[in-house]
Amino acid sequence: MGKIVAVTGNEACAQALKQINPDVCAAYPITPATDLMQRFSGFVSDGKVDTELVLVESEHSAMSACIGAAAAGGRVATATSSQGLALMWEMLYIAAGTRLPIIMPLVNRALSAPLNIHGDHSDGMGARDTGWIQLYSENAQEAYDNTIQAFRIAEHLDIRLPAMVCMDGFIVSHSIERVEYIDDADVKNFVGKFQAVHPLLDLDNPKSYGPLILTDLYHEYKRAQHEVMTKVPKVVLEVASDFEKMTGRKYGLFETYRLEDAEIAVVVMSSAAGTTKDIIDQYRDKGVKAGLLKPRMFRPFPYLEIADALKHLKAIAVLDRADSFGGYGPLFMEISSAVMSMDTKPAMINKIFGLGGRDYLPDQAEQVLDELVKVAKTGKVQTVKEYIGVRE
Amino acid sequence: MAKTIEIRWHGRGGQGTVTAAKVLADACLSGGRYVQAFPEYGPERAGAPIRAFNRVSEHVIRMYGPVLHPKVVSIADATLMDAINVTEGAPDDAIFIVNTSKDPKEVREKLGARDTQKVFTVNASKIAVECFGKPLPNSSMLGAIIKVTGIVEMDALLENVKKSFGKKFAQKIIDGNLDATKRGYEEVKEG
Repeated sequence: MGKIVAVTGNEACAQALKQINPDVCAAYPITPATDLMQRFSGFVSDGKVDTELVLVESEHSAMSACIGAAAAGGRVATATSSQGLALMWEMLYIAAGTRLPIIMPLVNRALSAPLNIHGDHSDGMGARDTGWIQLYSENAQEAYDNTIQAFRIAEHLDIRLPAMVCMDGFIVSHSIERVEYIDDADVKNFVGKFQAVHPLLDLDNPKSYGPLILTDLYHEYKRAQHEVMTKVPKVVLEVASDFEKMTGRKYGLFETYRLEDAEIAVVVMSSAAGTTKDIIDQYRDKGVKAGLLKPRMFRPFPYLEIADALKHLKAIAVLDRADSFGGYGPLFMEISSAVMSMDTKPAMINKIFGLGGRDYLPDQAEQVLDELVKVAKTGKVQTVKEYIGVRE
Repeated sequence: MAKTIEIRWHGRGGQGTVTAAKVLADACLSGGRYVQAFPEYGPERAGAPIRAFNRVSEHVIRMYGPVLHPKVVSIADATLMDAINVTEGAPDDAIFIVNTSKDPKEVREKLGARDTQKVFTVNASKIAVECFGKPLPNSSMLGAIIKVTGIVEMDALLENVKKSFGKKFAQKIIDGNLDATKRGYEEVKEG
């Protein structure tokens, strides 16, 4: 039995990293992820972990150092947000293309300009195509649990890919809430001993990382990278199953809430899913058959599984806490792709909400559900993409 | 106690309002309850009006975002009643607790509280100065809140005040805050 504490999302993630005790962390501070690594660096200074902490001069260097340490044969982690992730951009692709299982809590924050330190998913969505596994967390408990599971997933010998564990900046990273910690020994046992694959420090077997591959094999290499991604869902579910045996807490590729008999549904990720569930309960009490689907694994995206879960619905609203200017929201694009495989397609609307930390309030969820009721009745969509919670 | 109790704190930057919300959350973990404590993050300046929030529930708390309809409003600085609308969104059965030397009846009038709403006062700044020499009112405010709401036992609160201050402060300051918490509990008045 673990310990029940009142901690922030950042504190919970730092605790997970402490319990896992990585070989190397390279980090550079950025709000709101600063506090996570600051706490972890405290564990390093106090001798609570054996980690070699490399304090670098930028996030580009942080990810570069992580790549070097992971290629050398170490278990490696870092954390960042927003501009920090943006500055890592080049190295994110190299970490994934080199198949290095680096773990990175990403404390989601808006991107400049204009400068804004608050939570939205612009940073994570921008890293969609980097080849990293992405797990999104609703609350501090999920951020903690996902961090622990991410090590098992990323380091699985069939996978060996880097993974981001996302939580909403400030909303979750800086809110204190109840979290159940797992015992140190159980975490250690669950994550297991790190197995190095082709480590550079195995000097008897010299090898080379980062080769040049031109038109002869690059295309095949990239196809292979996609093939590996297709194996991730099975591993995510296996790890979730073991995790449930240890903690009783259930995880999947996505979570459904009152969806089985629903006629309308909201698809939304992270902390906004929690608020939406409360409002769905109110609408259920009024006799409205509403449900929710919350993607947990955004990369790889489980198109078929999600299509199966949504196939009976009349109308779906996809809520994006990020935008693609001149396009639909990134989550809406994925759900549309999933819906493509259905014979009878539900009507779909896309709402952009909560950019730069704008509060997602109950009345916004109510507005969305009211519109869904109408869309389900008429089968007609007025405007596909709209912004909610906008000051007029 | 209601299934979920929501609290809004009004204070000024540097007064320890956010710390108080954290201490209360920690104390309320007892009995297997769920808690939330979070401030509203803006430009962080000493003296600027700030808000912080608590939710305490017997069930998992899924709602994020500010508390819009607080059952309890803690006003750590009486001058805020002139600066901002501290009664915003408060339901008919709301409880206001104000740090002031003024009479509760006078404060009730100032707030424009409805008949069904309760108004309490406690001279938290004075207690704080007497207990540990600084006008930081929130230990006394915590004592007053638990007296008025019964949200948590005094022992659990004192333990968490000790834990919170124990990390950073000398024994004298810790003891002073424990005394201030107890006096806040004893000296809160209804009007």
